[in-house]
Amino acid sequence: MRVNQREDIMSEAIDDVKLAEFEARINRGEKIEPGDWMPEAYRKNLIRMISQHAHSEIVGQLPEGKWIPFAPGFRRKLTLIAKVQDEAGHGQLLYRAAETLGKSREAMIDELLTGKAKYANVFNYPTPTWADVGVIGWLVDTAAVINQTMLAQGSYGPYARAMKRICYEESFHIKQGYDAVVALAKGTSEQRQMVQEAVNRWWYPTLMMSGPPDSMSEHSVLALRWRIKTKSNEQVRQDFVDLIVPQIRALGLELPDKNCQFNSQTGHYHYTQPDWNELKRVVNGDGPCNKERLAVRRSAHEDGRWVREALAAKSARSNLARMNE
Amino acid sequence: MDTQWETFEVFHQSKRGDPHEHVGSVHAPDPQMALQLARDQFARRLKCVSLWVVRSRDITATDYQDGSFFAQVTDKSYRDPKSFDAPDKLEHP
Repeated sequence: MRVNQREDIMSEAIDDVKLAEFEARINRGEKIEPGDWMPEAYRKNLIRMISQHAHSEIVGQLPEGKWIPFAPGFRRKLTLIAKVQDEAGHGQLLYRAAETLGKSREAMIDELLTGKAKYANVFNYPTPTWADVGVIGWLVDTAAVINQTMLAQGSYGPYARAMKRICYEESFHIKQGYDAVVALAKGTSEQRQMVQEAVNRWWYPTLMMSGPPDSMSEHSVLALRWRIKTKSNEQVRQDFVDLIVPQIRALGLELPDKNCQFNSQTGHYHYTQPDWNELKRVVNGDGPCNKERLAVRRSAHEDGRWVREALAAKSARSNLARMNE
Repeated sequence: MDTQWETFEVFHQSKRGDPHEHVGSVHAPDPQMALQLARDQFARRLKCVSLWVVRSRDITATDYQDGSFFAQVTDKSYRDPKSFDAPDKLEHP
């Protein structure tokens, strides 16, 4: 046996021991922290998930951000600005969490700007009316909070901590969206029609957000085993449907899914599956607004360049001055 | 010129008398800018009366792998109030 071959076998044996310790820690409900040994697949899976999550927050500013100048009334305008600012903050929190796994923020931002990175499907759909802004806050953010509350129970410490902070702020996002929807649902028949059409537009894209059924999702098995996720995509989606369907009906609105009904035997709403091919297309860059979103993101990055350069120049000068003191 | 800025750890105090708690970190070109960004990131909602920032690289930390660092070799139960069984009351003859 060659020497390096023997070393390979020995290091594999050591990895087996470490893997057993790692999984035992997770099974005890303890968190994994940045300095800990972790399997390469755990690290990669988390970097992929957290960076996609960060990109989703950053791109998620755009569909609603474009409504800031047109928000009806000063209070709703201020509220919307605050929500969009939160999303920028969430993106930064998540980039920091992903960086603890060894990938730089710069590299992640580059992947977003070059179109290599994926992000949540929903942000590639248009927001043609004010009602879409309300419905995003209500439906999309409710689905996001259900998912993120689950992720806050996950095994990786920095990600779970970021999720807790984000969920706290997202509850305001849901409330402001719901409030905007209620105002329209109480309004004229034209306003009710506007909000109904927005619900129709967002229903299936929101169902797709939690991802394809786990039997179709290649990443899910390991993610569940290592508690990167603590619920399957199907469970998260069912939680959302069970919570939101009564809310939608309580406002006198209809679901675009005419077959959606409560099944008293299972205790859950039965619903029609969205078109999973559409999800695949939209996530892979071919949705209604992918090109527009990336173009806006790129020009925002370019427009901010002078600020980054000015700050870097200022700090270089003050560092120099300190050295000369 | 888009170089990655260094990171600063952020400590947040909710009210006078409370401890400063670590809440996360920010990228910034210098400590003053780190304070501004930390305010925008971590004091947007929750009440805050004081923030500290410190360069992440200036923190010296223990290693999770090195469990022996915190190991107690001898029995230290005498430090624990529960380890004393003095009675609440004495019967006087």
